[in-house]
Amino acid sequence: MRSYKNLFLWFFLLAALASVPFLLPVYWIMILTEILVMSMFAMSFNLLFGYTGLLSFGQAGFFGTGGYLAVLTLLHGSTSIWVALVAGVLGSGLIALIIGWLCVRRDEIYFAILTLGFGMMLFTIAHNWRSVTGGSDGLGNFSVPEVDFLGVVLTLADPKIFYFFVLIIVLLGTWLLSRIVNSPFGLLLKAARENSNRIAFIGANVRSLRLFAFVIAGALAGASGVLFAMFNRIASPEMLHWSFSGKVILMTLLGGSGVFFGPAVGAAIFFVLEHIITSFTTNWMIFLGIILVLLVLLFPSGVLGSLLETWGRIRKGHKL
Amino acid sequence: MSEQPILEVKNLSKSFGKFKVLSNVSLKIEKGQLCALIGPNGAGKTTFYNVVTGRYRPDRGSVLFEGRDISGVQTHRLTSMGLLRSFQITNIFPALTVLENILAPLVVYHAKGYSFLRAIKKQPALADEAKHILGRVGLENKWDQVASTLAYGDRRLIEIALVLACRPKLVLLDEPTAGMNPEETDRMIKLIKELAGRSETTFFVVEHDMKVVFSVAEKIFVLNQGELLAEGTPEEIRSNQKVKVAYLGGYLDAKG
Ligand SMILES: Nc1ncnc2c1ncn2[C@@H]1O[C@H](COP(=O)(O)OP(=O)(O)OP(=O)(O)O)[C@@H](O)[C@H]1O
Ligand SMILES: [Mg+2]
Repeated sequence: MRSYKNLFLWFFLLAALASVPFLLPVYWIMILTEILVMSMFAMSFNLLFGYTGLLSFGQAGFFGTGGYLAVLTLLHGSTSIWVALVAGVLGSGLIALIIGWLCVRRDEIYFAILTLGFGMMLFTIAHNWRSVTGGSDGLGNFSVPEVDFLGVVLTLADPKIFYFFVLIIVLLGTWLLSRIVNSPFGLLLKAARENSNRIAFIGANVRSLRLFAFVIAGALAGASGVLFAMFNRIASPEMLHWSFSGKVILMTLLGGSGVFFGPAVGAAIFFVLEHIITSFTTNWMIFLGIILVLLVLLFPSGVLGSLLETWGRIRKGHKL
Repeated sequence: MSEQPILEVKNLSKSFGKFKVLSNVSLKIEKGQLCALIGPNGAGKTTFYNVVTGRYRPDRGSVLFEGRDISGVQTHRLTSMGLLRSFQITNIFPALTVLENILAPLVVYHAKGYSFLRAIKKQPALADEAKHILGRVGLENKWDQVASTLAYGDRRLIEIALVLACRPKLVLLDEPTAGMNPEETDRMIKLIKELAGRSETTFFVVEHDMKVVFSVAEKIFVLNQGELLAEGTPEEIRSNQKVKVAYLGGYLDAKG
């Protein structure tokens, strides 16, 4: 019964997302594209935060690494978007493996500070290694690639086509994450979040569990960074800035870190608010800040998390 | 014909700073023999477990498990080798359900810890096995409840079930009845006797409750201020003059 209902939900969600480009103006298609990209980024962050109990303050580092590697590939290596995507994902996954190997040795605030530190180092590399990264200007000037889809050549410069391209990649990433959190490995991540000291006494190595999660999260952050750089036609140092890591944390808390789709809902709320408010006022940060503070106070488990809790309570009430 | 002891500890010493918590402790546990370790508060019993299971490194001495020197072996490896312990202070996975608590060690045991594409709900054999283990401690009807919502005595039972799920060869129980009411304590005594009598597993129990110790143990070790004061059958320990003076006086007087 339950899985049928799930299937129905998925179908409805897919149908809605697929019909959007035919219903909305280009401006909103582009906002939705950005929301999708940030959703995948935030959900991958939440594999660490909500599921494993590790607060990483450096995820933007992997996001940016993915973006830069993709653009560098397009500028110097190949003109294929797939090659660029694979380079971004593998490269950011590899960097996450190296950085994670050091970070998983510590818990809690110490882990957060280590990831923050490594994130800042990656930012500095992107910002100062001018000959390769273009310094503070970033790396633009690449031609947006075409995709060869079953013999049909499509250009990603078209916002609608780019939207569908992003949608497919994000769905793949989301599917992978949902498989992971429901798997035996996902159960061990939750167990490590609940009580990391006990993990060794059930025979598992908590460091390698965390490292594995860290690499998956880093690689998916990298994939999101590739899409983000393609979307903006540039890879810039801001992508790696710690404030960008903070944004992802905010989105996750806003939507709810205890629910799988919470971070995606948080990303959507964040962008929609940002775009509406910036069209009214130049002091948008103040208003956005006030609204976000109110939302976090009103929805302690995040917007989606708190709504689902209330819904659960109502349904229980009906049964009794 | 004598088999090698399942655990052999030789001249174990451990200090925290200048404070000597274990000095020169040696003991042997035979396979299948239900032994107990007793001693007053702060005698070093929990520290003894911590050193044997690799949480702390000993300053001197060695620990042999099934004849193999296990000094310096990481805790999670000892667990896979079959050397398990429970905790004096309940140490479970509070926000997970009772079933999930037991599934966690089971997926590790079945080497599925890194399998991440097949949903755990689609592997009913795992859940069946977990429920079977819960049945052994009498929690089978509470499998779908969140662990932290259970009564204290039941949470202590999860602690035991977590250990059983790892298919242990030797289990070190650290005050399994700590904090329990008399009824729960009786239930726990019965459970330990049953488990020790029926399974392949050897149990070693640290206890404060003398009633528990004298009713379950075949052999008793007495630790006092980090030193092994005596060892022997319950009768021998009861009549041991040194033990009476150091520790048991109160208990035996009250009884007698
Ligand atoms: N990590 C540590 N650092 C410093 N001192 C410690 C540490 N662990 C234990 N001790 C000290 O070592 C002594 C023995 O402690 P331990 O917990 O082994 O005693 P115990 O026999 O288990 O006592 P109880 O019956 O109260 O559980 C105590 O005085 C304790 O304060
Ligand atoms: Mg103790």
